Amino acid sequence: MASVLGTAVKRREDPRLITGRGRYTDDVQLPGMLYACILRSPHAHARIKRIDVSQAKAAPGVVAVFTGQDLVGRMGTIPTAWLPPDSGIRTTAHPALAVDRVRYVGDGVAMVVAEDRYQARDAVDLIRVEYEVLPAVVDQEEALSEGAPQVHDDAPGNLAFHWKAGNATDEVFAQAEVVVRQRFRQQRLIPNPMEPRSAVADFNASTGELTMWLTSQNPHIHRLLLSGILGIPEHKLRVVAVDVGGGFGAKIACYPDEALVGFAALQLGRPVKWTEDRRENFMATTHGRDMILDVEFAGRRDGTFTAIRVKNIANMGAYLSTAAPGVPTILFGLIVPGPYRIPYAGVDVRGVFTNTTPTDAYRGAGRPEATYLLERMVDLFAREIGMDPVEVRRRNLIPADAFPYNTAMGLQYDSGNYEEALDKALAMLGYEKFREEQEKLRAEGRYLGVGVTTYVEICGLGPSQVAGAVGFQGGLWESATVRVHPSGKVTAFTGTSPHGQGEETTFAQIVSAKLGVPVEDVEVVHGDTHRIAMGWGTYGSRTTPVGGSALAVAADRVVEKAKKIAAHMLEVAEEDVVFADGVFAVQGAPSRRATFQEVALQAYLAWNLPAGVEPALEGSAFYDPTNFVYPFGTHICVVEVLPDTGEVKILRYIAVDDPGPVINPMIAEGQVHGGIVQGIGQALWEGALYDEQGQLVSGTFMDYAMPKARFFPAFETAFTETPSPHTPLGVKGIGETGTIAATPTVVNAVMDALAHLGVRDIDMPLTPERVWRAIRDGRDGA
Amino acid sequence: MIPSAFAYERAASVKEALELWRASGGSAKWLAGGHSLLPLMKLRLSAPPKLIDISGIDELRGVARVGDRVVIGALTTHRELATHPLIRETLPALSDAARQVGDLQVRNRGTIGGNLAHADTASDLPAVAVSLGAELLVATPDGDVVLPAQEFFLGPLVTAMPENGLLKAVSFPVPPGNARGVYEKFPHPASGYAVVGVAVTAGVDAQGVVDFVRVGVTGAADAAYRAQAVEEALLGREPTPDALRAAAAKAADDGAIAGDAFASEAYRRHLCTVVAERALRRALG
Ligand SMILES: Cc1cc2nc3c(=O)[nH]c(=O)nc-3n(C[C@H](O)[C@H](O)[C@H](O)COP(=O)(O)OP(=O)(O)OC[C@H]3O[C@@H](n4cnc5c(N)ncnc54)[C@H](O)[C@@H]3O)c2cc1C
Repeated sequence: MASVLGTAVKRREDPRLITGRGRYTDDVQLPGMLYACILRSPHAHARIKRIDVSQAKAAPGVVAVFTGQDLVGRMGTIPTAWLPPDSGIRTTAHPALAVDRVRYVGDGVAMVVAEDRYQARDAVDLIRVEYEVLPAVVDQEEALSEGAPQVHDDAPGNLAFHWKAGNATDEVFAQAEVVVRQRFRQQRLIPNPMEPRSAVADFNASTGELTMWLTSQNPHIHRLLLSGILGIPEHKLRVVAVDVGGGFGAKIACYPDEALVGFAALQLGRPVKWTEDRRENFMATTHGRDMILDVEFAGRRDGTFTAIRVKNIANMGAYLSTAAPGVPTILFGLIVPGPYRIPYAGVDVRGVFTNTTPTDAYRGAGRPEATYLLERMVDLFAREIGMDPVEVRRRNLIPADAFPYNTAMGLQYDSGNYEEALDKALAMLGYEKFREEQEKLRAEGRYLGVGVTTYVEICGLGPSQVAGAVGFQGGLWESATVRVHPSGKVTAFTGTSPHGQGEETTFAQIVSAKLGVPVEDVEVVHGDTHRIAMGWGTYGSRTTPVGGSALAVAADRVVEKAKKIAAHMLEVAEEDVVFADGVFAVQGAPSRRATFQEVALQAYLAWNLPAGVEPALEGSAFYDPTNFVYPFGTHICVVEVLPDTGEVKILRYIAVDDPGPVINPMIAEGQVHGGIVQGIGQALWEGALYDEQGQLVSGTFMDYAMPKARFFPAFETAFTETPSPHTPLGVKGIGETGTIAATPTVVNAVMDALAHLGVRDIDMPLTPERVWRAIRDGRDGA
Repeated sequence: MIPSAFAYERAASVKEALELWRASGGSAKWLAGGHSLLPLMKLRLSAPPKLIDISGIDELRGVARVGDRVVIGALTTHRELATHPLIRETLPALSDAARQVGDLQVRNRGTIGGNLAHADTASDLPAVAVSLGAELLVATPDGDVVLPAQEFFLGPLVTAMPENGLLKAVSFPVPPGNARGVYEKFPHPASGYAVVGVAVTAGVDAQGVVDFVRVGVTGAADAAYRAQAVEEALLGREPTPDALRAAAAKAADDGAIAGDAFASEAYRRHLCTVVAERALRRALG
């Protein structure tokens, strides 16, 4: 039997999801359920002088109205759970509803609970709030300047934290042959998962148990944090998040809104549901990116890179969201040297409060920003010294024989063959031929360009010891249980929390391969704190490298025990039993055999077990990785820029990614596709826009340009497979590679197309007007 | 996204619709395809206490040739505009524009009446209507009135429609048989609406000289306008590439061009000329 690993098993979650039988939070219907709606601040910064809820309270169907004042002392505030060490971090109080001051458009001011959602929504319009509008600050650099409006009284100068790392000194740069400097703006993005956030809370007074259905990427983390906020002990709090319609990082955080729903259910003794609408999703669900990056890049004229350092001013928004401080620091800073041998690297990161929606992880979280600036700098450096951008990369890539490789930022890259991926991608493109064609077309006035990104990412978060050392307020190991039933059917429990990525299928493949049972015989259970002992969830491309590894170890433990039982059944020593394709057989006498299912039955009957072996067949693992994993690859994009309008057309997009051994090529490819789309979205179209008063101008899909399928050509994807030496299956991660690599690839391609005009950089998104202006000014300046 | 509470009534005829409107005290709004009105209501930017659904009124349907005009019922959907043989043959610019409206669902629900009455500055169809000098046939309790398209679009969501008016049909003069019609659009990447859209219907005589040319521009100004400067530059000339370019350069001359977060005034002016040239080339090249 060929292994099911590496085959394109169809996603088993899809039939239910595409026929409307998913179990999303908003699908939950409970008898007597009430509906909540939240009044949100229309001002970016204002003092609340008075709130009059009397009309709302008297409105039809309204059961309760809560304001910030009502919550004081009755529920906890919203915590921040990533505290980078030695950064002087200031976690200012974040009440679930504003008490005396609102700090961004969308900040919660009051919550109405009513018999139906229409009544709740209508009653919100009846709440009268008297605001004293205060000056607001939107831009993080402005927020640091003297005299800027203060977002929090206890964070003077709006500085939330200041974190530094690395070994790059002034001297290194003073002695460098070539130094290239550039400022980049990582614009703010709005994650926009298809399913908005939602919560249902149901308190059972007889058991004292609170059940919460949540749109969560990490139900156990939500249980832990909500337990603290609501004062319900963990063993009395159940969090369920079975089907979640995408998160992209925005469903990691513990939000005020969900906590409020729990609070209301406890207060009112009836189930309460709340689902944000799309407008709220734009305003009150965390945003991503938003960094100002000043980069210095040093090297020699022969093409050797010597140093990189970055000053990062990161816009954290009005409050520090759950994982937010880790994004522009640890997840960004440590990967700044990328896949190259760069002996000196350094980062200096200031996290800044502003009157905007809080930022937090967004697909790639920190690593896209780092990869962007690095890959842009490599191209600028190549241009400066007059070398081909591919050649300059090739000269500096960490060679395959140098792994494990210790970087200037203190990481140890586990394994890699960066040149193999580069060569494969170049061959798919036909790089030399493209350059000839480009030259020819340029003479005809057509601007074609190619962008190449060689990247490495840090994922598979991660060793718990490291989590502790970098200030993450949790572990990052993962739990798994493989429960074999008497018939040999299997239920696999994982502490990760897939929400669209397809692990119900790929994890079944892992267990099936390990136990030699048909893949249909394995059910994967996730997203319920009552069914799964513990877990840390799905983000940071950790699900397969950490959660999948946990499952592999748990399955090995099942096989280990089953082998003992099989040997006893076959009346031979354990060493004489070989296990393959679901069959235990006697070495040298293959007809003496017992199937896995037969062994499972005997394990449960327990009529005749070997001495010292307990009945039943189940394996558990609490797997803590010893290192991160480091997927890598090369992406190439060919664009044509239309000089008359500045439009960018993507002609080809090639992605060669190395996630280690691929478990399911179809699903892996799907992950790459989605990532590329979001990565290109940042390069060309997306961008949250605030006006000076702090109003979100790009607050609907009429203004915020989500990429559409018709914007793209068919992607050309391929994999190389370099195993990680330290994960049981050798797997790395694939969930974020697209957003990490695609953005600089496209921007480099556009700059390449315009190189002959002297254009060096254009701020993202590369809107037609910006490109058109650059062409015009480049010409003028040339 | 939940709109404010509203009452809902269906009208079976134009007469009943007008009566229902009067009975509402003048506060009701017509509901046709709902694809412009409902999004506004969901954002609570519009909160009519009553909707009168006109989508079941047969009098508002149908496409017919009446003498030298084609009369299109107000409820004709974008999809019908794009596919109807008579419209494709006589008013190809209208078909081409309708084909580029939104997506399939939008084209299946949205109507020409709703599109013109709503008067979004970035709507596609107004460019065609003003370019060809369409007339809007409007029923009011005091009798029918006829409004020329060129005097209809007054500003963003503002029209010359009488408050109590119900658009029954849009009547287009049929352009000469030698004319080709096209619509070129530079879509906004978020909404798909026109950042700039240019409708051209034009033809040349036996000598190869332009003897008919009508140009309408939408998206660029606060209302769709007819680009007469472009027309004048071409009429009686040979449509050489240089002539087309020179004419297209005047595409912004007749509108009060406005900028926004996506495209500044200067860039929009420039886009007018580029999009106009693309359209002229397709029609006359
Ligand atoms: C996702 C999406 C994308 C879209 N993209 C585009 C696009 O690319 N280009 C484009 O041009 N449009 C676009 N639209 C708008 C679409 O064309 C609408 O259908 C059209 O503008 C309105 O037609 P309707 O029948 O839906 O009108 P409704 O929404 O029912 O009504 C709109 C307004 O017109 C009034 N009205 C309707 N019918 C009459 C009548 N007979 N007499 C008097 N008043 C009337 C209504 O009272 C209301 O005020 C898009 C819409 C959506 C939802």
